[in-house]
Amino acid sequence: MASANSKKINLKLKVWRQKTRADAGRFEEISAPEIPVDASFLEMMDIVNNRLIKEGRDPIAFDHDCREGICGSCSMVINGNPHGPERGTATCQLHMRKFHDGQEIVVEPFRATAFPVIKDLSVDRTAFDRIIASGGYISVNTGNAPDANALPVPKEKADDAFNSATCIGCGACVAACANSSAMLFVSAKVNHLAVLPQGEPERERRVLRMMQTMEEAGFGNCSNTGACSLACPKEISFENIARMNSEYMKASVKRRD
Amino acid sequence: MKLDSKAPSGPISEKWSKHKFEMKLVNPANKRKHTVIVVGTGLAGASASATMAELGYNVVTLCMHESPRRAHSIAAQGGINAAKNYQNDGDSVYRLFYDTIKGGDFRARESNVHRLAEISPNIIDQCVAQGVPFAREYGGTLTNRSFGGAQVSRTFYARGQTGQQLLIGAYQAMMRQVDAGGVKLFTRREVMDIVLVDGVARGVLARNLVTGELESYAADAVILATGGYGNVFFHSTNAKMSNTTAIWRAHRRGAAFANPCFTQIHPTCIPHSGDYQSKLTLMSESLRNDGRCWVPKTPGDRRPPEQIPDDERDYFLERVYPSFGNLAPRDVASRQAKFRVDEGRGVGPTNVAVYLDFRDAIKRLGEKVVSERYGNLFDIYEKITGDNPYKVPMRIYPAVHYTMGGLWVDYNLMSTIPGLHVLGEANFSDHGANRLGASALMQGLADGYFVIPYTIGHYLAGTKLPKVDTQHDAFRAARAEIQGGIDRLMALKGSRTVDDFHRALGTIMWDKVGMSRTDAGLKQAIQEIQTLRSEFYEDVRISGDKSYINPELEKAGRVADFLELGELMARDALERKESCGGHFREEYQTPDNEALRDDENFCHVAAWEYSGQPGRTNWNRHIEPLSFENVKLATRSYK
Repeated sequence: MASANSKKINLKLKVWRQKTRADAGRFEEISAPEIPVDASFLEMMDIVNNRLIKEGRDPIAFDHDCREGICGSCSMVINGNPHGPERGTATCQLHMRKFHDGQEIVVEPFRATAFPVIKDLSVDRTAFDRIIASGGYISVNTGNAPDANALPVPKEKADDAFNSATCIGCGACVAACANSSAMLFVSAKVNHLAVLPQGEPERERRVLRMMQTMEEAGFGNCSNTGACSLACPKEISFENIARMNSEYMKASVKRRD
Repeated sequence: MKLDSKAPSGPISEKWSKHKFEMKLVNPANKRKHTVIVVGTGLAGASASATMAELGYNVVTLCMHESPRRAHSIAAQGGINAAKNYQNDGDSVYRLFYDTIKGGDFRARESNVHRLAEISPNIIDQCVAQGVPFAREYGGTLTNRSFGGAQVSRTFYARGQTGQQLLIGAYQAMMRQVDAGGVKLFTRREVMDIVLVDGVARGVLARNLVTGELESYAADAVILATGGYGNVFFHSTNAKMSNTTAIWRAHRRGAAFANPCFTQIHPTCIPHSGDYQSKLTLMSESLRNDGRCWVPKTPGDRRPPEQIPDDERDYFLERVYPSFGNLAPRDVASRQAKFRVDEGRGVGPTNVAVYLDFRDAIKRLGEKVVSERYGNLFDIYEKITGDNPYKVPMRIYPAVHYTMGGLWVDYNLMSTIPGLHVLGEANFSDHGANRLGASALMQGLADGYFVIPYTIGHYLAGTKLPKVDTQHDAFRAARAEIQGGIDRLMALKGSRTVDDFHRALGTIMWDKVGMSRTDAGLKQAIQEIQTLRSEFYEDVRISGDKSYINPELEKAGRVADFLELGELMARDALERKESCGGHFREEYQTPDNEALRDDENFCHVAAWEYSGQPGRTNWNRHIEPLSFENVKLATRSYK
């Protein structure tokens, strides 16, 4: 297959290396010469890894899969920014044309008590699954559904729900937060389901349980800086948090069980 | 090997109802005594896990990802078909059935396809009840769009993220069962083998990807929902971790592999741009609702697109297929793009692309409407290419996207290994030689929500299953075999990386087992793959250790399996001496380059039985004849 004449740049990486969860970890300097600017950030990491393997060194472990910005696997802090410097972009969609020749790039894992590092840039985000398991759903067994058009949902509400539902569960919000709070993630799910009539029956129970699980998992509290929303690759609105706080207050007053 | 489809008798529209009534049931109190393993948490796996746990079975679910929500179903963009006829435009269960059979070029089983069409409306109901935010009209009802190969609007969608929304729905339903204790979920586990006791699937052996340990899981039945094998081409629209390993290891244990050569090459992907590239990105088929495909009329016309006047453009799909136009099915549209590039009329820096132009749609609808429909796709395109598709036409080219082939299953979705069931893209059952757009999501959810929950009960109630636990000799033997294979790979310490081999395999596959195939090319491919495979076992280099996260070791196991599967795909393509759907043999075409089917000799499913020995591959080819009693065998025309 033909190759376009892509411009190349030389980079200096400072990458977090950590063998296992128990290991202390440290930064390692790795040079990354001749990187095509049309490559994505993860493709740059592939190039670096293939060179490391040929030198008999341990390649850098990082989570990735779809490389289309939708699976939520990729999780790096690049020069201090979760998913790097470009707004509304996951690491896999970040391209090297956003960097310049000779630049030093610091690459770290998402850091939070609730996201322990398991190797290099790869962290354990199962706390997010536990939060969803504690209430992030509508309880409807398969086979119980009425006709889909039996319950009209105004377009504005459907769009509102969709905008919250586009969260990819990557955890950048947690990594960006000074308190490692998961409020943006939790509120996106709470609002997705709270604005829809289908979500109404469990509305109060859901927000209470999810918030409790979030606290138990070791995520911190929100101090309203909005860093989460700025780091979010799907640009989930910060407003979600305010709306969830109101949901939570109402639910707490109504249900004291 | 006997291939009994177990398709029920009777009129097509009554088969499933009749079968549901005739199937044996497991009474509610006994369900909790049965354990079922589900491998994979995409649409099929997550929906199956959730539904079986709701029914009361003990479900053990494994996935290779760190979270079940990462499964590749998440990346599906365009939509999901259902015969709701909400648009009042003449759709029906029968029409969806008909379109799918015809779209699959008459190489799918009628009974399965009709069931899929029958179930389709229930899927939409279920997803809406779960809170999936489908696109809606101002009045609050659901909206639809058209997809390739259909003349009605039956595709439900959630902007360009339909797969994400449906998967999150199924994932949430499954996580609710995790909370309730019905599903035991194990993440970062890769299934390395299917364990058979007395010829019956009774468990799996999985590698814990964090610790490197091999773990045994025993059950009364095993369900594989592990997706397709398009990554055999290295470059595809599949996620990087998508692989064939679970189904391939099952194949080596006795599960027949059906129609392996039926590969879908999707017409609208962002073209390849350089050797560093790790994957290709799809641009949803829905874009062809409003985008127009064209190339310059004159070969070698290097003017920028906006300087080429309309009468010097060839809107080739509209020209060749006036009634379906830009919405011709995928296989057909892909081939037409390839023909234009072969004629020297390709565009862009590599000349291996065609335009998909929104100029007229923007003129007609305005930028706002176009952005509402396709905004996120336009953004993805701009991020990858640096071009703004509102101003400059997209450049697109076909890429490997989906595999219609997979493990052979009967009407109950059981493979040729008793107890081993296969769902979603991992099986071969519903799409024949070409899948219609927006039908993969439909099939995954149909299998998981509405088929397997019934048929698994029938299997469990009708089978004597002696008690088996993970101390059984079969588990020990499988463990020793898998451990030996891992140690052997780690010890090689050769000079080439796993990716080097994978890319080399991909090049052979794309050039010779890709969009068009020839007798000579396929024979050459088989030889080249065999040579590459021997080189792999002499010269691959895996660094790192087997006792902690080691993506190189994971990839090596997957590529080793691709190196066998690639050979089987070439053999299947060589034996199928006809052109149908995505399988195009240059020797078999009409004078105007359309696929020339041979119903006399090839109106069948080819199911391959593995008969190789260690170090030497071999297969026996079996056939399941296909009969078309409802849709008349006819030459497929979209003109």
